[in-house]
Amino acid sequence: MRALVAMSGGVDSSVAAALMKEQGWEVMGVTMKLWQGPDGEAPTAGCCTVSDAEDARRVAARLDIPYYVWDYTEEFMSGVVGGFIDDYLTGRTPNPCVECNRTVKFSRLLAHADALEYDLVVTGHYARITSDGGRYRLWRGVDPGKDQSYVLSMLGQAQLARLCFPVGDLTKDQTRRMAARLGLRTAHKPDSQDICFVGQGNYRDFLAGQGVAPAQGPIIHQDGRLLGVHHGITNFTIGQRRGLGVAVGEPLYVTDIDADSGIVTVGDRSDLGVDEATVENMSWVDRPVTGALLAQYRAHGRAVPAEVSLEDELTTVRFSEPQEALARGQTLALYVDEEVVGGGIIRTTT
Amino acid sequence: MLYLDHAASSPLRPEAWAAMEPFRHDVYGNPSGSHGVSRRAKNALEDSRDLAASLINAEPGEIVFTGGGSEADNLAIKGRALAGGRLGAIVTSPTEHDAVLGSAEHCRSFGSAVTFAKVTAEGLVDPAEVASHITGDTAVVSIMMGNNETGVRMPVEEVAAAVKDACPGVVLHTDAVQGYVSERVDVDVLGVDLLSLAAHKFGGPKGVGLLYVRSGTPLAPLVHGGGQELGRRSGTHNVMAIVGMAAAMAALEDERAAFRARVMGERDAFEATMAELIPDLVVTGAGAPRMVQTSHVRIPGVRNEMLLVRLDRAGLAASAASACQSGAATVSHVLEAMGMSPALARECLRFSFGWSTAEGEGVCAARLVAGEAGALR
Repeated sequence: MRALVAMSGGVDSSVAAALMKEQGWEVMGVTMKLWQGPDGEAPTAGCCTVSDAEDARRVAARLDIPYYVWDYTEEFMSGVVGGFIDDYLTGRTPNPCVECNRTVKFSRLLAHADALEYDLVVTGHYARITSDGGRYRLWRGVDPGKDQSYVLSMLGQAQLARLCFPVGDLTKDQTRRMAARLGLRTAHKPDSQDICFVGQGNYRDFLAGQGVAPAQGPIIHQDGRLLGVHHGITNFTIGQRRGLGVAVGEPLYVTDIDADSGIVTVGDRSDLGVDEATVENMSWVDRPVTGALLAQYRAHGRAVPAEVSLEDELTTVRFSEPQEALARGQTLALYVDEEVVGGGIIRTTT
Repeated sequence: MLYLDHAASSPLRPEAWAAMEPFRHDVYGNPSGSHGVSRRAKNALEDSRDLAASLINAEPGEIVFTGGGSEADNLAIKGRALAGGRLGAIVTSPTEHDAVLGSAEHCRSFGSAVTFAKVTAEGLVDPAEVASHITGDTAVVSIMMGNNETGVRMPVEEVAAAVKDACPGVVLHTDAVQGYVSERVDVDVLGVDLLSLAAHKFGGPKGVGLLYVRSGTPLAPLVHGGGQELGRRSGTHNVMAIVGMAAAMAALEDERAAFRARVMGERDAFEATMAELIPDLVVTGAGAPRMVQTSHVRIPGVRNEMLLVRLDRAGLAASAASACQSGAATVSHVLEAMGMSPALARECLRFSFGWSTAEGEGVCAARLVAGEAGALR
């Protein structure tokens, strides 16, 4: 039985590869080259750097498994970066990691694993998959601090049947200890934090570097007062407090971004509250689940109680308590206790 | 194991190893010293220089040993651009090796004018067009002998005639790293002033090469120091590797005709069998002169990265021709210059034969490649 391990050069996928090898799988390591700068060079920070590929290559050599770097820069550019830019231009807050999982990792890489007759695609995500009478179920990883089930919430049965997340049963400490025990050079490598293609700069610099130069527009208070002028809606996300460029004494938050008019609306913290969200591109792990569920709308946010209803393809999530800083474009994942039941993209908030 | 990646590197020839072996213990002196231990090393170095020079119809003083083909290309381009204390202009083609293109780009960043002659869809330059780019500032014209990706053989002799006709004093460099493997080189017949070789492409050790520098061609050094190689390349010589390179050149020259016949036979059998089993196969540069050791093909509908994994698993080593620093296959600048779209370039693979290729390997490899490609279609 063959397993293709997506190796980022980090400790989690290194240990995932080691665990599969230990369990007797015929393992192959692949680093997905997702991004390159305009000059064609590999980035020097974030993921997919030359040194990350080198780390993955050395770990693969240590495990005595074949290893390749595959170029997915075109797929990543069209499927992830293009959408990322479009989202900001339309006043939405993108989640590129979810989009990468959906359009590149768990579609293209999975298809390529098929073509090479690999039974499983393995990643270092902190989440768990169980099978139950031929149906696959997706759960949070056992380490609550590292759980990554949120960015996997768009996975369905066809994909889960072919996936394996070996470190989902471990805590990060256990993963690191195992890497150290196996003598893997990535054992003490710091976790990656940044959006890989944005690197250590901020996303605004990235957008500017991509030639995104949105128009100026007004900043208006919820109460109708014109507070000032902004230099492009891409500089804002819902709930943002810093860097608004207006000072009126009281703390202000971005409450709405309207791409058509270019108006950025700000208000008090009390204006941030959202009672209800509609969700599009909803994907269910197995079959649709409605009623009293838990909803999570940030990668490391808390899951909060909500009532979920489904009507003509439109999923509506009504929160038990008003939620702050829910932004259009963000992923919303639905849970029953620790189990993921589905995920989608926030379309509207009220 | 079928090794069809000789254009990346060839195994060491036994003749090269035999020549290098005494250097394991016995010959360790610095050839620049004055005592007996040094003299032994110096003699070995100069014997190698004499041998290498004679094999390409050069004078010993025209040979500069370098740390490989890339260094030879760098020395040719930068050394010429910087010669005479000015930033001379460079004329080259877009399908050159990255060592030439990178050197030209580096010079450009300091002020050298760099112009590119166009290539046809078959990857050939037009000698008259190359010559048309020459100006009074031109320090070097660089057109490779055989392309390292496609195997297309450039008309270097005609380029030499055209550029010398346009401007008799202009200096012509050729990267013969691949071309020399399958074709005897006579620097006068080629009509070049500078010529790069890399030992490991023809069965010598890695990390050693040479630049032929026609007598009287001014060249600024890149490596300054002790003034070795008549000041053109300082640094203590890698005597063992240089001796191995010269021995590999001699071994190659000894079997020139047999090498060409055997390698071309296997390459042609490979392509014929491939064409039979994959009717829509496209051979790159099929209408152009090609080196006998290279087969660059496109298999429509098959992504090269995927096929390489299957071939690797089946025990066949080939290549997608160019890889970036991270190891990912990149869309080739050579194919791009020939007008191929990135999507088609991703379907191209290079199979390259060499001195250790055995009879029957061509057909055997073609069957294996066609089978694995079929599984991906």
